[in-house]
Amino acid sequence: MTDTDGRRWHDMGGQPAGPVAMEGHDFALWEKRIDALMVLCGNKGLLTVDGLRRVLEDMGEEAFEKYSYYERWIASVNQNLIEHGVYSPEELGTKMLEVAARGATYGEAQND
Amino acid sequence: MTDALEVRVKPMMLPGHIRTPAYLRGKTGVIERALGPFANPEQLAYGLKPEQKKLYRVRFTMAEIWGAAAENPDDTIDAEIYEHWLEKV
Amino acid sequence: MPHDHDHFHHEGLSSSGHPYRQDNDTPLTYWQQMEIAVREILIEKDIITTAEIAAQIEAMDARSPAQGAAVVARAWSDPDFKARLLKDAAEASREMGFDIGPLKLIAMENTADTHNIIVCTLCSCYPRNLLGLPPDWYKTRAYRSRVVSEPRAVLREFGVELPQSTRIRVHDSTADMRYIVLPARPAGTEGLDQDALAQLVTRDSMIGTGLPRQPDLPRQAG
Repeated sequence: MTDTDGRRWHDMGGQPAGPVAMEGHDFALWEKRIDALMVLCGNKGLLTVDGLRRVLEDMGEEAFEKYSYYERWIASVNQNLIEHGVYSPEELGTKMLEVAARGATYGEAQND
Repeated sequence: MTDALEVRVKPMMLPGHIRTPAYLRGKTGVIERALGPFANPEQLAYGLKPEQKKLYRVRFTMAEIWGAAAENPDDTIDAEIYEHWLEKV
Repeated sequence: MPHDHDHFHHEGLSSSGHPYRQDNDTPLTYWQQMEIAVREILIEKDIITTAEIAAQIEAMDARSPAQGAAVVARAWSDPDFKARLLKDAAEASREMGFDIGPLKLIAMENTADTHNIIVCTLCSCYPRNLLGLPPDWYKTRAYRSRVVSEPRAVLREFGVELPQSTRIRVHDSTADMRYIVLPARPAGTEGLDQDALAQLVTRDSMIGTGLPRQPDLPRQAG
């Protein structure tokens, strides 16, 4: 039997945790682009920060541990844009295949 | 509700997108300031037309939240709580 | 993320004939593939332009703790400005010419007996439109979980030890407001102008995990 008090995984205040890891990193271009897409789509009324957070929360704790911050954010931006009808899952899938076919690195996969 | 009024956070535990932290539910604090009406995130998160909800900054003591486990009982936590999560004490 | 600036990938020339940036020559990940695809679909549908994305990245890069430091230094020097900052920190920041967009900002003042510290336990809300993107530690499970229950222990990990007589006020950014700490002006800074004062204001001192630099000590990172 497993019961729950109803607290959701992202609601972390007061939970036990280890020391604060102090190391940081500079943001890469792909991370800055995801940040920009999030802000611009928000400005254009295609998504809300609340909708982004809802998807991040629903992705679950495993995604939080496994993927980096902007990896989770692009997943959420994409989910919100599909829910808003901006493009279809099929359009995304087709475009992702096209991107992967261009090359093996982030640079080679650009359409430039 | 006005400044310095004592309020309790409703102890509701429910699924969905909610901006009231679990560690404050059921706890009593004092309104630090009123912030005015804001769109309800519990509706915005699902693409629904949001109602306007009054938002308050509520101040809690560490003693109230953590009891005897508090590092220093008189230290405080302030959080923003929407009106539908608050009840007068 | 490794940044090996001596490394040069001879085959890795883009179609424009320039070497790829360091970030660009690592194997394409699933999420990067998705980022490129989403961006290109939005551009093809005329929803977003390449120029808008570039401008947004440039605007975000321009935001940094130096902006907050300038606000703090002015508040230390100008009592009327400080009063306006404590009344509405967003308006006061705009008054100084900073493009902070729709940010709603509250400044919390540290005094001789009060120390403020900022967190977001539910996600990682941060005054990014003034201070730039948050440091990684601000987004960690450890920081988000522990600051509300043991702020003094967390502060010790940041090298800040406060007496029990100092009242700590933790601010959890749960909804629509963002926060910045107005640190206490260090003693011995009476002769300094605003530019010199701003040099004393660290990012961490505006989140509450640090204190301003002392004027006579060698500068610390952070």
